[in-house]
Amino acid sequence: MANVEKDLISGQNTTGHEWDGIKELDTPLPKWWVYIFWACIVWSIGYYVVYPSIPFLGSYTKGMFQYSSRNELTKDLAAQAAQRGAWLKDFQGKEAADIAKDEKLLRYAMAGGKAAFNENCAPCHGVGGAGSLGFANLTDDEWIWGGKLEQIQQTITHGIRSDDADGRMQEMTKFGVDGVLKAAEIDQVADFIVGLSTGKADAAAPGAQLFADNCVACHGEGGVGNQDMGAPALNNAIFTQVKGDKASIVAQVTNPKHGVMPAWGARLPAETIKMLAIYVHSLGGGQK
Amino acid sequence: MTQATYMDATPYQDDLVKKFVLAATFWGIVGFLVGVVIASQLAFPALNLGLEWTSFGRLRPVHTSAVIFAFGGNVLFATTFFVVQRTCKVGLYGGAALGSFVFYAFQALIVVAASTYVLGFTQGKEYAEPEWFGDLFLTVIWVVYLIVFVGTLYKRKEPHIYVANWFFLAMIITIALLHLGNNLAVPTGFFGGSWLKSYNIYSGVQDAMTQWWYGHNAVGFFLTAGFLGIMYYFVPKRAERPVYSYRLSIVHFWALIFLYIWAGPHHLHYTALPDWTQTLGMTFSVMLWMPSWGGMINGLMTLSGSWEKLRTDPVIRFLVASIGFYGMSTFEGPAMSIKAVNSLSHYTDWTVGHVHSGALGWVAFVSFGALYYLVPVLWKRERLYSMRLVSYHFWIATIGIVLYITAMWISGIMQGLMWRSYDDLGFLQYSFIETVAAMHPYYVIRAAGGLLFLAGGLIMAYNFIQTIAGNLRDEEPYEAPVAAAARG
Amino acid sequence: MFSHKIFETNALVLIVGIVVSVAIGGLVEIIPLFTIENTIEKVEGVRPYSPLELAGRSIYVREGCYNCHSQMIRPFRDEVERYGHYSLAAESQYDHPFQWASKRTGPDLARVGGKYSNDWHVKHMVNPRSVVSQSIMPTYAHMQRPLAGINYIAGEMKTLRLVGTPYTDEQIANAVADLEAQAKGGDAAKAVEARYPKAKIGDFDGKPEVISEMDALIAYLQMLGTLVDFKSVKPELVNR
Repeated sequence: MANVEKDLISGQNTTGHEWDGIKELDTPLPKWWVYIFWACIVWSIGYYVVYPSIPFLGSYTKGMFQYSSRNELTKDLAAQAAQRGAWLKDFQGKEAADIAKDEKLLRYAMAGGKAAFNENCAPCHGVGGAGSLGFANLTDDEWIWGGKLEQIQQTITHGIRSDDADGRMQEMTKFGVDGVLKAAEIDQVADFIVGLSTGKADAAAPGAQLFADNCVACHGEGGVGNQDMGAPALNNAIFTQVKGDKASIVAQVTNPKHGVMPAWGARLPAETIKMLAIYVHSLGGGQK
Repeated sequence: MTQATYMDATPYQDDLVKKFVLAATFWGIVGFLVGVVIASQLAFPALNLGLEWTSFGRLRPVHTSAVIFAFGGNVLFATTFFVVQRTCKVGLYGGAALGSFVFYAFQALIVVAASTYVLGFTQGKEYAEPEWFGDLFLTVIWVVYLIVFVGTLYKRKEPHIYVANWFFLAMIITIALLHLGNNLAVPTGFFGGSWLKSYNIYSGVQDAMTQWWYGHNAVGFFLTAGFLGIMYYFVPKRAERPVYSYRLSIVHFWALIFLYIWAGPHHLHYTALPDWTQTLGMTFSVMLWMPSWGGMINGLMTLSGSWEKLRTDPVIRFLVASIGFYGMSTFEGPAMSIKAVNSLSHYTDWTVGHVHSGALGWVAFVSFGALYYLVPVLWKRERLYSMRLVSYHFWIATIGIVLYITAMWISGIMQGLMWRSYDDLGFLQYSFIETVAAMHPYYVIRAAGGLLFLAGGLIMAYNFIQTIAGNLRDEEPYEAPVAAAARG
Repeated sequence: MFSHKIFETNALVLIVGIVVSVAIGGLVEIIPLFTIENTIEKVEGVRPYSPLELAGRSIYVREGCYNCHSQMIRPFRDEVERYGHYSLAAESQYDHPFQWASKRTGPDLARVGGKYSNDWHVKHMVNPRSVVSQSIMPTYAHMQRPLAGINYIAGEMKTLRLVGTPYTDEQIANAVADLEAQAKGGDAAKAVEARYPKAKIGDFDGKPEVISEMDALIAYLQMLGTLVDFKSVKPELVNR
């Protein structure tokens, strides 16, 4: 071409074109660049031979070893199960109570239970299980549905007011909404419950008789609670669904809130639930 | 001190380019600012302010759209229009009318898009959030843009089309295809639903593939091909050296545009996308490595013979650093597309860091270089108000980027490792929330890095205002007199 | 040697060259996803969203939840242990748009359905840090407002039917009634369960007097990942 000139710095010729003062050199492709480019292409072709790759309208090439990323997971999980081996079998075969008695298995249970708890349970019950308003504290002595190992396991497996048919289902009467008690009566009962929970119950108060007639059936004589019915004890300062002040108790008696806990039986493996039960039981409030 | 203007009669529509330059500067700062805000929200959630309009989920698309489309888009409009006129030696096809339509319509679209996101109208697809009416509006703008660009190519007085224009043209055409293909949606208004809502025709796995065919190539063509076009004009111009290799231009151009389009599935590794598609996404990403580096080689080697300008011209420094970041990101990208690497990096901040080393280091730096070149030329000043401020901008922004990407490397790799970490007994070692909490210091560092980058942008804007006003900063001359004289 | 001159001197040739080059990859990767049969696994249980769930999903999209939460569990040991069975393509086959997302600033939500109580979701949405102290999620107290645009729901379902979701005439005719019944429970809700198996019924936000955005969103979250019975999933149908 007519305008080809030699660039003095690089020693290369230009192509002879110019745009707004910009020229181009006719430098050959860098060799290393060409080689690596080809190497990447060759590697890719090799990869297509080995792995699923080329699509057609109805299927695709499966590769030499029928690789499937999902099948790899199946193998991984089998390897994991093999690794867990002996203790896994114990966890699947033994009752939680027996596991808790075996020092070595207990160590697994506590570690696995803690891991599963922090991932699955802590969002509601808090890290460490201290709970918050509406979500039971698992570290104290107060249990709504029972603090024995097998009771905890039952609760975790089937949940509370969950979709599970074996879940714990009982609900408290809506004393105000359903018109069982008048507003003035609820007020009196609430006074009595505040007294109960602070250790100053007044047996002569008008609320005492109302409590006896309406509440004792579930919450027990003196408000000791009944874990079979999920009726919490009212003779202490621990409240879960509402605060313990009078206004909150009035609201609860009028139109009760109920705790809900999902059933974990379908979501977590049975051995994990046993670990969780053992871990939760150990948090401080577990009962014999 | 003030400087005089010079007269220079050209047939070019430079008033239009000026508008795009100002818009790019403005939207750049808006985009960086929103970025700093949302980065800070991740470190300090109270900064979501408890308002629906300012929550992270609604502001993040404002940030991405502002920096990619508002800042990047205006830079592309400014540079394509500037470059295509000069390399074709003719004014724009359609003259001021079509160009002005593109300008005002595009700015209006940005405002519409950002306000609809904040109000909660979105398609819910990353980088393609505008609802159907915004998409239609953009289609009209883009068709006019294509007409202006191709019309100018047809009018050209140079026999050959310059390599920058190949890249620009590939960008315009491919973005049109991607935009149309990914945004096919039916407004619910046709059937008695709201006119502000639509449903995309794709669903599930096909939608995922289409989205990342679009999303990855928004990067590949908008942010790579388009900005390579910028590089191919401004680097040789500023360095006053010929382009290193015409043959490399050809091979890497065709290889890049052919291969890039396949790389989308690497955004979907190990998802419910079939394995065969993932294989294609990975291998084409790896094959893309050298074609990407072809651009880096051509950019860097064009400077051979004028490396001393790195010391004397901070604008060249922006351009060179941008090419360096381009090379780094286009190596990191293929590496992250390897499935084994991706299994760790995916869903983590590593991806965010990777994007920003490309977006801040490559896209924004090459844009800054081009803008610093353009402002004195367009406003007919002999030089910028201050070269020292350019240098401050460079160093402040570079430190910002380094803070940003190192923080994201650490947090991303750390989080990826924590998620898969098992303790001695074979149980997951960390709950998810523990991995969130562990990110906090890095989120603070990242926000600080973003703040530095924003500060750099403000320095640039100040420099532009003063340059346009015709002022000269009272400062020691930045360039050695010899270099200044040589540059003319 | 092959000359590049024709591409550089003729804009039309350059345009055609570009269009051909960039068209191939997309066509090869996208079209077979529509034609290869096992792309969407043949599993039982996946159904279109109920009207209330659909409204909730729109809120999920509106708030940009996908910017921080994925709905795609990868087939890795740690992910299936943390979140549950890996996600199938079948599970998002009626998702317009898909919400697999690309970042996990928060946890994956593909199987969040049934993991927490409705009450927890309300508390968490109103103030995430009241239940998870280290959370960095924004607050979504505004979702306690009444759900707007209930009358649009049938139109939305018709639009979805046009783009491939198999809503029946009966489902569309009962859209508004089903939406209200699902959020209120009672006898009317039995029809919802019949039309949308496994739909969660009831007042989700603890305020029975009003159908709120929270009701819709929680109805959506509570069904996520619950439709497929994985005990019945055969490896040969899903390994691909």
